[in-house]
Amino acid sequence: MKLKLLSYFFFLLGAVDLFYKLFFGAIFESDSDFYYAYIRPFVTFTPFVFFAIGGIFLKEFRVRNTVEIYGTSKYKYYTPQFIVFTFTLLIFAYFIFNAQTNMDTRGIEFGFHFLRQESSFDVNFSLIEYDGSHSYARVYLVGLINTLLVAVTGIIFCTVIGVIVGVARLSPNYLIRKTAAGYIEFFRNIPLIVQIFFWYFAALRTMPLPEKTEPLFGVIFLSLKGLYVPGLIWENLNIFIYSIIVAIVAIILIKNYSNKLRDNEGKQLPVLYISIALILILPAITFLIGGVSAEVEIPVLKQLAKTSFIFEGGARIPPEFMALVLALSLYTATFVAECVRAGIEGISKGQKEAAASIGLNRKQVLNLIIMPQALRIIIPPTTNQYLNLTKNSSLAALIAYPDLVLVFAGTALMQTGRAIEIIMIVMFTYLTISLVISLFMNWYNKRIAIKEK
Amino acid sequence: MSKYIKQLTSLVAMVLMMFVFASETMAAKKSKTMKNVLKKGFLRCGVSQGVPGFSNPDASGNWTGIDVDVCRAVAAAVLGDANKVKFTGLTAKERFTALNAGEIDMLSRNTTWTLSRDADLSLTFVGVNFYDGQGFMVRKSSGITSVNQFKDGISACTNTGTTTELNMRDFFDSRGIKYEPVAFEKADEVVAAYDAGRCDTYTTDKSALAAQRTKMSNPDDHITLPETISKEPLGPVVRQGDHVWEDIVRWSLNVMIEAEEYGVTSANADASKTSNNPAIKRLVGAEGELGLALGLDNDWSLRIIKQVGNYGESYKRNLGDTGILPDRGPNELWTKGGILYVSPAR
Repeated sequence: MKLKLLSYFFFLLGAVDLFYKLFFGAIFESDSDFYYAYIRPFVTFTPFVFFAIGGIFLKEFRVRNTVEIYGTSKYKYYTPQFIVFTFTLLIFAYFIFNAQTNMDTRGIEFGFHFLRQESSFDVNFSLIEYDGSHSYARVYLVGLINTLLVAVTGIIFCTVIGVIVGVARLSPNYLIRKTAAGYIEFFRNIPLIVQIFFWYFAALRTMPLPEKTEPLFGVIFLSLKGLYVPGLIWENLNIFIYSIIVAIVAIILIKNYSNKLRDNEGKQLPVLYISIALILILPAITFLIGGVSAEVEIPVLKQLAKTSFIFEGGARIPPEFMALVLALSLYTATFVAECVRAGIEGISKGQKEAAASIGLNRKQVLNLIIMPQALRIIIPPTTNQYLNLTKNSSLAALIAYPDLVLVFAGTALMQTGRAIEIIMIVMFTYLTISLVISLFMNWYNKRIAIKEK
Repeated sequence: MSKYIKQLTSLVAMVLMMFVFASETMAAKKSKTMKNVLKKGFLRCGVSQGVPGFSNPDASGNWTGIDVDVCRAVAAAVLGDANKVKFTGLTAKERFTALNAGEIDMLSRNTTWTLSRDADLSLTFVGVNFYDGQGFMVRKSSGITSVNQFKDGISACTNTGTTTELNMRDFFDSRGIKYEPVAFEKADEVVAAYDAGRCDTYTTDKSALAAQRTKMSNPDDHITLPETISKEPLGPVVRQGDHVWEDIVRWSLNVMIEAEEYGVTSANADASKTSNNPAIKRLVGAEGELGLALGLDNDWSLRIIKQVGNYGESYKRNLGDTGILPDRGPNELWTKGGILYVSPAR
């Protein structure tokens, strides 16, 4: 137990050290040659040494347990591990030392102080408040949020399209089946970068200028400068959001209750209808008694010069975002569709026939028998596709969508010249996003796996 | 006695060293970059990915432009042949990293000389080969004739990773105009997006505006507004710390400009050797030992003028005759009303 605590202590120490170094620089610094030559390269990677020591203690703790139980020789167990560990450490040390020496000879400082500087450039699309007077740290946040926005929107769209196309590919209807197959073969085999350019520049060339835009339903304007939709001007928006959260929590509780009721007493509650009612009625009540009000603002054409116009008011989706999401989701959806098809075809025919023989209709067979089993096959490869989509979103830089790569690894890197630091941050960020998606999907996969009771 | 022996040994050692390094010039001994260039036999020069008149490859991959000519001048001075250059097209974003990492020996890519770049990025700007300023391009049909007519909501296309983005913010903020910046990584996409109507204005250095205009579907539909919102002195860049190399690049550029001042051209360079004017004779290496001071041979400047031409010739060839920027504006010699003024080569 002592060992375990010790290992956690070192993990914590490493994390604190890393955090401190990232944002405040080295604790102890000196100008002597000796310091630069020998101490600094070591000091730079002390966090990793702490992590490693923590890891060793954790392993030691586990090995002690194993040794006690199985009586393996400690020596035999440790030698290969020690060799691998030393080797890895040496490789890391070599790279860090090399980079440090080269940067020192060129007089380049390593550090993350620049994150606090004023960025002094603007971006064209941000969900949070940002302008040039904010810091580079804020630029990072803007880029990160924009990346996540593309990734999440893209994942939702590609899942919807992918599932529909995947199921359509197995349709008994010749036309539907072949159309789906044609779509997959077409979009899967054209490089994504070409597709992004196609959607962006094709869209720019074919969409009308703002002043020539024909409104959809009188209020939606799709022009070359973006999609303008009516916006809502809220009062007491927070109360409205709380009411939605309350509704969602209530729905989860009711769902749990109804499951219990079904298991214990065999009664069915109409959960779907109750949920719909809740999510509609609760927010509606806030309008009546909560002081919430929303005013619809319709975009209005505004003249800037003789031939240049924009829309003012309402909400706007920039064309870069639309092109990117369209390209990413259409491309990734082909792979998701193939995963879905593989999943459905992976279920033995007997399941379908058995389900049909007990009188389930086609839709019920798919929803109740095939899909729940197929999901186990579909999820792991689909996770890969989600990860691909997220990583591919970095191609946004090509069409001026201000994602993490464009604004942080692009403009910010350029303006500060901090190549190593910024690329490091961006790498870790993408790694973290990917790992989080992976973790979530693994959790979901475990949840829907067949549980043996 | 031992004192004499010591002196004698050091003298012998020095003589020996002179023999050993006789093949290698002094500059190569002092400059790592120079040594590398001589060893490889060609100069690696970072240029843009295609700005007509500055650095632009033709269909067969030959680079032309006034930035390219600076690289060629350095190659002529150091290697004796203006064609021994390997050009690398770099985006605005990649350029300084490529230079710092040693992938190129010098950068000549319409790069603005600013304090933060000079100091922060550990680079050295050696001079100015083009005085530029940021301007705006708009469609003629819009009726805009001055930046004073810009209104809230205007969208401006530009390149990411340039001083342009910063100047643009300073400009619009100081006037309190809300604007939408649309920044692309590559110049071609900026032009395509602006041409398609995505932006109301295209902003970058005026020279680049003139150059990129030639790429638009209808160049005559666009005008550059008269206002200049920033100073953009563009020039070649080298890594900080290699002073010998820095001098070679600086004086290769200066020689081109000074040659124009004295009327030495690629055609009359050989004849100038016997000129009556000592300054001209010094410039082409017929008098004095200026080349040796730089660690080169004495014909270095003659080679630059003969193979590349003087600054005026280079300008005329790349920007004048092509119709990109026929008016030299501030890039005229100081003697003719411009601000092109370099230290004397003497």
